[in-house]
Amino acid sequence: MTSLTGTGTLIRLILRRDRVLMPIWMLCMALLPVGLASGTASLYPTDAGRQGYIDSLASSPLLVLFYGPKPAEPSLGALIFWRSATGIVIMGLIALLVVIRHTRVEEEAGRRELLGSTVVGRHAALAAAVLTVSGASLVVGVLVALGMISQQTPAPGAFAMGLAWAFAGILYAAIGALAAQLTTGAGAARGIAGALLGLDFLLRGTGDVAGGGLSWLSWSTPLSWVYQVHAYTGDRWWLFALTTAVALALVLVALRLSAARDVGAGLLPPRLGPAQASATLRSPLGLAWRLHRGSLIGWTIGLGVIGGVLFGGVAKTASSLLEGNGQLTEIMERLGGKSVASDIFIGGSLGIGAIAVAAYAVSAALRMRTEEAALRSEPVLAAGVGRLRWAAGHLVFALLGPTVVMAVTGLFAGLVYGASTGEVGRQVVRVVGAALVQMPAVWVLTGLTVAAYGLLPRLSPAVGWAALAACVLLGQVGAALNLGQSVLDLSPFSHIPHLPGPAAVPLTPLIILTAIAAALTALGLTALRRRDIPVT
Amino acid sequence: MDNAISVVGLTKSFGQAKALDGLDLTVARGEVHGFLGPNGAGKTTTIRILLGLLRADGGTATLLGGDPWRDAVALHRRLAYVPGDVTLWPNLSGGEVIDLLGRLRGGLNASKRKDLLERFDLDPRKKGRAYSKGNRQKVGLIAALASDVELLLLDEPTSGLDPLMEEVFRQVVAEETRNGRTVLLSSHILSEVEALCDRVSIIRLGRTVETGTLAELRHLTRTHITAELATPPNGLAQLAGVHDLKTDGATVRFQVDQAELDAVLRQLTTHGVRSLVSQPPTLEELFLRHYETEPVR
Repeated sequence: MTSLTGTGTLIRLILRRDRVLMPIWMLCMALLPVGLASGTASLYPTDAGRQGYIDSLASSPLLVLFYGPKPAEPSLGALIFWRSATGIVIMGLIALLVVIRHTRVEEEAGRRELLGSTVVGRHAALAAAVLTVSGASLVVGVLVALGMISQQTPAPGAFAMGLAWAFAGILYAAIGALAAQLTTGAGAARGIAGALLGLDFLLRGTGDVAGGGLSWLSWSTPLSWVYQVHAYTGDRWWLFALTTAVALALVLVALRLSAARDVGAGLLPPRLGPAQASATLRSPLGLAWRLHRGSLIGWTIGLGVIGGVLFGGVAKTASSLLEGNGQLTEIMERLGGKSVASDIFIGGSLGIGAIAVAAYAVSAALRMRTEEAALRSEPVLAAGVGRLRWAAGHLVFALLGPTVVMAVTGLFAGLVYGASTGEVGRQVVRVVGAALVQMPAVWVLTGLTVAAYGLLPRLSPAVGWAALAACVLLGQVGAALNLGQSVLDLSPFSHIPHLPGPAAVPLTPLIILTAIAAALTALGLTALRRRDIPVT
Repeated sequence: MDNAISVVGLTKSFGQAKALDGLDLTVARGEVHGFLGPNGAGKTTTIRILLGLLRADGGTATLLGGDPWRDAVALHRRLAYVPGDVTLWPNLSGGEVIDLLGRLRGGLNASKRKDLLERFDLDPRKKGRAYSKGNRQKVGLIAALASDVELLLLDEPTSGLDPLMEEVFRQVVAEETRNGRTVLLSSHILSEVEALCDRVSIIRLGRTVETGTLAELRHLTRTHITAELATPPNGLAQLAGVHDLKTDGATVRFQVDQAELDAVLRQLTTHGVRSLVSQPPTLEELFLRHYETEPVR
């Protein structure tokens, strides 16, 4: 196996480079279910209490979209496996990002070439990345299992759950490795693997929510098998044989593709560009359009069109889930009829969409930092372009790009939902409004990232992504962790009014959030005008 | 204002590290000024301050009669800059980058662009990520040289170019100066500096250690003398300007400062010169003397 020579050394290199980042994400992931379990155990100590909790959560189609179908029994372990299923998707996301970081990013930067000239086998770099991430995923799995055992849940279920989490990472490490073979740019590889993860999530979720003729979707994707492990209730160990086989097959395909191509090249051939710039490429805004258009189009189609259609399509089935839950139906009817369930579903999914859009907003704002660190801002700033004009080009996409994506999401959700209820015009207006009402919270994250970029350029990626992660954690598990309302209110998303709904829109929080976003952006730009460029 | 660039006592620190420590630099309009110094001497920092990208801690800098920080945008319309390591946007073609940078600067000379593409033998249709180091450098050079500006700031512009392309670069810069352009050329390639520059400044550890025309600098260098004499020499070591004297019987080897050459030769002839070998001073020696790591003065 000379093609694997040097794999051990390269694994040590990855561990050395990620010695801070890797323990942090591993620990966060390992602590997530334990924290949830201890919080839930004190809130719902009895089976009956947990059953009531499960029933109330499962009455929301949105949560079924996230967590999968409700567990068959109300044991603490089963509840936590179900309730913390978001962690499965996050494991997949981290795994694909880390694998691409150590494969295609290295290749694009030319460092793979330097290593490839030493005594390193053809497959070593790819194998080292996949093995490291898979190993880290398994360690997370063991930690999750130990944590769950420490919460007095049965050991077999705890290990089934830990392995399920580990395999979410392993499967998407393999998919990331595959995506890294396709394109010459790391950004495009991340886009492909991330889109597959999103599609995986949406297909499985649609199967779980819609059921009936679509229930086969709940078995259609890699992550769906991880959900189907049903730790504590089913403990379907045989699924791990299936996931192992699929992960191995994916890695082998990636290795074959990797061996069949040149270092630095992708399977999708690079094309020649125009010899002259078009008339639109003449300003910082024109340049920003070229740099941002790919991700804007990707997000608009991925979340806006596909997500919007799914949200709108599932919304009409939301009311049917209420049947059999007398108490909830009663509450809903008092609030304004059965359509309230659909409204809550649409509002909730748009809230989740807004978090995803915030990720796009942060990455678009951080594009300024990428440009500066790669010294690409230098020739532009040396060519008759003021700093504010340069930054404005990127800010257009960091502030308005997410707005476009949300508006398109609302448009398609409203169209599809309205078509099913026969009132297209009314629903489009309501749902687009409900989508846009989220924007002030997204802009706060953009503003925070811009402020960090101006004041602490080196730390700005960490600040931006940590703020987003904090919002995700506060929104997803904050309440279950028994955090006080004052802590939950730190997330700008907690101040967004619930729309669409019958109540009037309170304008004050929207105005305050927008003002905070504007102040943060202004602060960042002021600092940017005063500081040295580039700070490397 | 006769000077395109006038820098006095410039200082700049990055945290604890002192990058510039009282640097002086004067570039007259219409001249090609060589800017020399070992790695880390502060050349790039100086150029970035002149571009208004970094803010100086102390001292004054004037560029084309304006303040490089305050008037950055207005000044940038009148200059073009080539970094030592041109980085391109991976998904933009070379041609697009040339046009973009030219337009941002306020216009590009289309016929010059075409001519330079031919002379530098560059395919403008390739995407940024597909270019080699040398070809990326050509994109930066063409973008700068194709615009009709007053001042060119070139920071080791030929790094990665092959000798043929370096020759093209020299021709183009020579043509530009004939059209009255001012050039600040930071470089390590002495032949390039000798071929192009009217005056040079040598900096070390953030400070200017030598500045002047090439002839003046040559004057600062030493001539190597090997002489066979009729009688053993005496008193030679005491003469001003004699360095590294080695006596082997009646043969002496030493270096002598250009300014003292006449007096030293007069002394030598009193001993009866049988043979004399004199090696002319090279700029390289002067540079190496300043590049050495110990503080010179």
